[in-house]
Amino acid sequence: MSLLRTEKLKKHFGETRAVDGVDFTVNEGEFLSLVGTNGAGKTTLVNLISAFLLPDSGRIFVGDRDITHASVDERIRSGIARSFQLVNLFDDLSVLDNVALSIFAREGKTKRIFALADRDAAVAQEASGLLEQFGIGGKAQAAARDLAQGERKLLDVAIAYALRPKLLFLDEPTSGVSTRDKAQIMDTVSSVVRGGGITAVVIEHDMDVVFKYSDRVVVMHEGRFLADGPPEEIRRNSDVAKYLLGTDV
Amino acid sequence: MSRRGLGGVAAVLALLLVFPFFAGTYQTQLLMYGLTLAIAALGFNLLLGYTGLLSFGHSAFLGTGAYTVALMMRYLGVSSLELFILGGVVCSAALAALLGVVCVRHTRIFFAILTLALSQVLWTLAYKFFWITGGTDGLRVPFSQLTLLGGLVSFPGADAFAKFITYYYYYVLVVFCACTALMWLIVHSPFGKTLQAIRDNETRARFLGVRIWRYRWLAFVVSGIFTGLAGILWVPLNGLVTPDVLYWPQSGKIVFFAVLGGFRNFAGPIVGAVIFNYLEVYAVAVTQYWQITLGLVLIALVTFLPAGIVGSAVRLGGRLKKKGSEQFP
Repeated sequence: MSLLRTEKLKKHFGETRAVDGVDFTVNEGEFLSLVGTNGAGKTTLVNLISAFLLPDSGRIFVGDRDITHASVDERIRSGIARSFQLVNLFDDLSVLDNVALSIFAREGKTKRIFALADRDAAVAQEASGLLEQFGIGGKAQAAARDLAQGERKLLDVAIAYALRPKLLFLDEPTSGVSTRDKAQIMDTVSSVVRGGGITAVVIEHDMDVVFKYSDRVVVMHEGRFLADGPPEEIRRNSDVAKYLLGTDV
Repeated sequence: MSRRGLGGVAAVLALLLVFPFFAGTYQTQLLMYGLTLAIAALGFNLLLGYTGLLSFGHSAFLGTGAYTVALMMRYLGVSSLELFILGGVVCSAALAALLGVVCVRHTRIFFAILTLALSQVLWTLAYKFFWITGGTDGLRVPFSQLTLLGGLVSFPGADAFAKFITYYYYYVLVVFCACTALMWLIVHSPFGKTLQAIRDNETRARFLGVRIWRYRWLAFVVSGIFTGLAGILWVPLNGLVTPDVLYWPQSGKIVFFAVLGGFRNFAGPIVGAVIFNYLEVYAVAVTQYWQITLGLVLIALVTFLPAGIVGSAVRLGGRLKKKGSEQFP
């Protein structure tokens, strides 16, 4: 059953066709990878779906609901959350507060002005539990700015995950980290996301990561979809080999 | 708050409680000025330190509080400080709500300039509508016409000044403590954490579903109320309100409080306001070029103590603690 679909979604920047009439479907429960060369339109597509950008034309649906013109918070309420390519944290807050804030936002508690945030035991417990799941529980009281790059990436995902979305977009969760950390991050993210029953769309460049963790792979090239299918099928696709890997099958 | 922190607060509070007994009327009066300005600094810092918005127009709220008291006394014959507080807070909140709608849609230099411009509009109104505001002569707010605690305490007679200073000091101290506790609660609440999140990373906060504009607006209103309250308490002490209180250098002073004490620290602006008050009073007494003295202090601060007095002290304490634990693990 499709959780999200787009119809002829289009976004041009002058002469550049970043997203060019894309029909995209995400099915419930899948771990999908969105791949393509730099400038293929992956991040723009996620930006359109998450309301970071407005489309030139086309429509976006969550289930049967048209969210094309919905605001960011309406999209979050409809179950869409995202992380960012460049790590986006609240650097001066503690690691625990970063995640707690996401929970407060989800629970509609951020307007509470006459209550101590630290005294909300349920939120603190959930935030601590989440940090443990993501393997950064030991750094809960550290300032977010003091984390190593791999930990920052995990925290970035944890913040989005704490919103308990139906659909989570992860924009290059392993960019800028070492090969060893990449595997660790993807193992953690994949197990937490799958364990939580959340549908995930991951933008990724590393094809080893893509083939290892994905249920389905969508390949973009110059704003359009080049291929869409299970990892094994994509691996054998001659167009993908030509445009993405620069080799023949 | 840690035990050591609570101990520090208790010690300062004890010192403030006994201060009038050994310091004399003049010093008590000076400290009282510092405490009222500290309330303004607390309000201001909710915007600068916790929300990341630099206002150059907080004189508008200080002046609104002060003028509300003077106008209520002159035209409505009110003498109760509690009614002044009620009227002043309502007027400051209304003004902040109105100005906030315009200002918080912008950030950085645009926000600063907008707040500055709007506060100057109020200054012009106070200056031009002299038949209401008294123009440059201002409006008098004599302490002898003031009553505290619903009329239980009054200060009739020419020799009541010392009594006024003592009673008013404790009144201001109670309000100051209440404001400090309230602001501490606000900045440690989910709302306060959300403001800090907006300050640190507006985009990410937006993608948590936080409606940025609403939170900034509410912070602006709360900030305006605190600063307005400072103006309400300040004017009986000063005895007079003139358009000067609305003029931009007054806003600059409030910014100075935060920079002096350190705006990334809760106690910083409080300490900054109190120290600035002493600095200004003694600089004026010592030299006619007192502005140069304050200017030099500001340059030295920005150059050598960018974290402010309290911020730098906290950093130094942290370093010493770390060094100590390395030497004696």
